[in-house]
Amino acid sequence: MARMKFLCDAERCIECNGCVTACKNENEVPWGVNRRRVVTINDGVVGAEKSISVACMHCSDAPCMAVCPVDCFYRTDDGVVLHDKDLCIGCGYCFYACPFGAPQFPQAGAFGLRGKMDKCTFCAGGPEGDGTQAEFQKYGRNRLAEGKLPACAEMCSTKALLGGDGDVIADIYRERVTRRGRGSEVWGWGTAYGPGKPGATPPQPQQQPGRS
Amino acid sequence: MRAVILIIAALGLAACGEAEQVVVYKQGKYQGKPDTRSWDNAPPGAELRGSAWTKGNRESWEEAIKTRQLAQHEHKRIYQ
Repeated sequence: MARMKFLCDAERCIECNGCVTACKNENEVPWGVNRRRVVTINDGVVGAEKSISVACMHCSDAPCMAVCPVDCFYRTDDGVVLHDKDLCIGCGYCFYACPFGAPQFPQAGAFGLRGKMDKCTFCAGGPEGDGTQAEFQKYGRNRLAEGKLPACAEMCSTKALLGGDGDVIADIYRERVTRRGRGSEVWGWGTAYGPGKPGATPPQPQQQPGRS
Repeated sequence: MRAVILIIAALGLAACGEAEQVVVYKQGKYQGKPDTRSWDNAPPGAELRGSAWTKGNRESWEEAIKTRQLAQHEHKRIYQ
């Protein structure tokens, strides 16, 4: 059973921002909202500078789902965390809860009024008809329904950013680390998909009302 | 005549009922609209490129996605 995850190889990321551009272009993300961004640590320090591409990691035990006061989040059968923008009230709790700073809020009017939350959808659209104009306008492209992977991962020139089934991309990364003999640390994986609390059962996809 | 009066009264009283206009809140449950699954869509361009997966078949969709994922593996991508 596929369980969709992102993996960023800090040894390979060259901070080209190709993933950011691909995401903005593919989903026509509004001005001021960045679903994906590249973070650089130890900037300018020779040998210690690392860049990481960060977006929603679609956590196994997503804190945004836990704190949402209107319960607009759901997890699909393939492990993608999505939300219903018709329910979102733009409170910003998810932004405070997210360890990756993934939720973004477009400015909806004067005086800094926040709009409905926007975040990476793993290019899986949202709760509208797949491939419809309504889905594209609210959530962006639904590439998974077309048998494709997220545009950011497919566009990555150095293949630093891997996206897809956790088992498959972990195998790719493992072989890569074995060949180069270093850089086995995967930033964010422990936080997003870590072991969690002892004895806890892995989260199951939520049964959605009205589905067969 | 009595039946007509009863029907009119029933229809008139129907306006007194107040339909729920807010989401019925259930703690911890997703409240939004249902979503369709990725594999419930027909593969695009099937008539030109052949069908990558069978509509509604999760296993075949996962197999198609896995094939696509392996394109991220440079060694397999180059040598296959």
